[in-house]
Amino acid sequence: MSTSTPTSGPGRPAPDAEPTATGTTVLGPDDVGRALTRIAHEIVERNKGVDDVVLLGIPTRGLPLARRLAQRLAQVEHADAADLVGSLDVTMHRDDLAHQPTRTIGETFVPGDGIDGKVVVLVDDVLYSGRTIRAALDAISDLGRPRAVQLAVLVDRGHRELPIRADYVGKNLPTATAERVRVLLAETDGDDRVVIEGGTR
Amino acid sequence: MRHLLSAADLGLDEAVLVLDTAAQMAATQAREIKKLPTLRGRTVVNLFFEDSTRTRISFETAAKRLSADVINFSAKGSSVSKGESLKDTALTLQAMGADAVVIRHQASGAPHTLAHAGWTHGAVVNAGDGMHQHPTQALLDAYTLRRHLVGDGGRADVTGRDLSGAHVAVVGDVLHSRVARSNVQLLRTLGARVTLVAPPTLVPVGVHAWPAEVSYDLDDVLATGPDAVMMLRVQRERMSSAGGGFFPSPLEYTRNYGLDARRLAMLPDHAVVLHPGPMNRGLEISADAADSPRAVIVEQVANGVAVRMAVLYLLLAGGDTARGDAPAGRTADHQERTDVRTDETRTHA
Repeated sequence: MSTSTPTSGPGRPAPDAEPTATGTTVLGPDDVGRALTRIAHEIVERNKGVDDVVLLGIPTRGLPLARRLAQRLAQVEHADAADLVGSLDVTMHRDDLAHQPTRTIGETFVPGDGIDGKVVVLVDDVLYSGRTIRAALDAISDLGRPRAVQLAVLVDRGHRELPIRADYVGKNLPTATAERVRVLLAETDGDDRVVIEGGTR
Repeated sequence: MRHLLSAADLGLDEAVLVLDTAAQMAATQAREIKKLPTLRGRTVVNLFFEDSTRTRISFETAAKRLSADVINFSAKGSSVSKGESLKDTALTLQAMGADAVVIRHQASGAPHTLAHAGWTHGAVVNAGDGMHQHPTQALLDAYTLRRHLVGDGGRADVTGRDLSGAHVAVVGDVLHSRVARSNVQLLRTLGARVTLVAPPTLVPVGVHAWPAEVSYDLDDVLATGPDAVMMLRVQRERMSSAGGGFFPSPLEYTRNYGLDARRLAMLPDHAVVLHPGPMNRGLEISADAADSPRAVIVEQVANGVAVRMAVLYLLLAGGDTARGDAPAGRTADHQERTDVRTDETRTHA
């Protein structure tokens, strides 16, 4: 699918592909699995093992992704998956709280003996404006002082509003701001899929 | 949720949401850095017309841990002692830009008036009004009960759970107690069964309309094995001297309604003892009971900060635009496409 015509202006729907209620599926279950396996290997390669690596998933969908990455890391490096994963809720550090309906606060926990001196790999489903990651960086500094912070995302859809970039990307997905990218996961939605909704594709 | 005026305002889902949010707030309070940036730039006014230690400090701590600016106002030493009305005080605070007003007042209904008279645009939190309501106290009691009765003292996950099946005895000066009124409503909403225990003189008129059973005999109720006993303070400042005719003597009150070592031993092993404080040691609760391992009175105070952080978060974090209008931004500049590759460092996929 990749880039569609940039000529279809606002208010002029694309002639052929009228988006259905479920949207366009961009990645299927196998694609998601392969992307995560590749990211896992990249994490091992870049950090020369997983001794100091802590995966922090950002709820809701970053957390199951972090768990899956941890399973793959555990297989490759024979570590215990549960010792690699934590959860980082960034709600209370967001900069758009005043413009949104009140958000429910998620769970934050770090594995083992904290994140001081570790390499933290933030895991999220979609990288968009970068504001969630900015909030996550603030939230991390409240938990401790990691040696380094890296970012892994399943989908990078562009439209950054802050100078933030991902270290590990499952798929680069060019999108329009009017479109909505949804990552569906078996743990939360019963099925692994990445879907683009809305807009005029 | 716009204001928090009464425990009756909270439905089951809302009450559980507050308790779940409080649990996440409590988790942040175990960290080395306890302060969160969530309410940066917001102003919370503590408007206290009645004396208070733990509630005011608790609200102040909660607001500061969320990075809000806190203005403390107590009637003593302010223009109220020169005769300023609640309205003029409220208008003054509004002019200073208060986003939330935490009010304690000796008159029942003062928070309701403040919330609905249009004197202030901020959220109003009732921190105790007369003999009417004290909703954050009921929430912190419910949080403490849920942690112990459902969550086994913090060892099990209680997210989303209510208190259905629990039996709570509320003992003592029910007549003067706003804590009892709020607790009866909230515990009932959460599915717990409440038994009020008090001498007939300290049971309010119209109690038959409350969703609670009433007993005049503490030993009888303790024999039924309640899961928790909540002792209420005998509010002697609301009575005349020596009990003011509500009971013959403090000693007789203690014998019939005080929680002592003997009565503590009658409780089931899992039961906990609560007290909203400040305690009259030797009157409604003996030192044995107050200092026993099953008393969770000090924990209640710690939980109070987390619960009040949750309430302030839920009332203040969503902005005015979120309360009705469409969310701003991001809609105006649509249809602008990203380039082929969005990230210069990665060329996968």
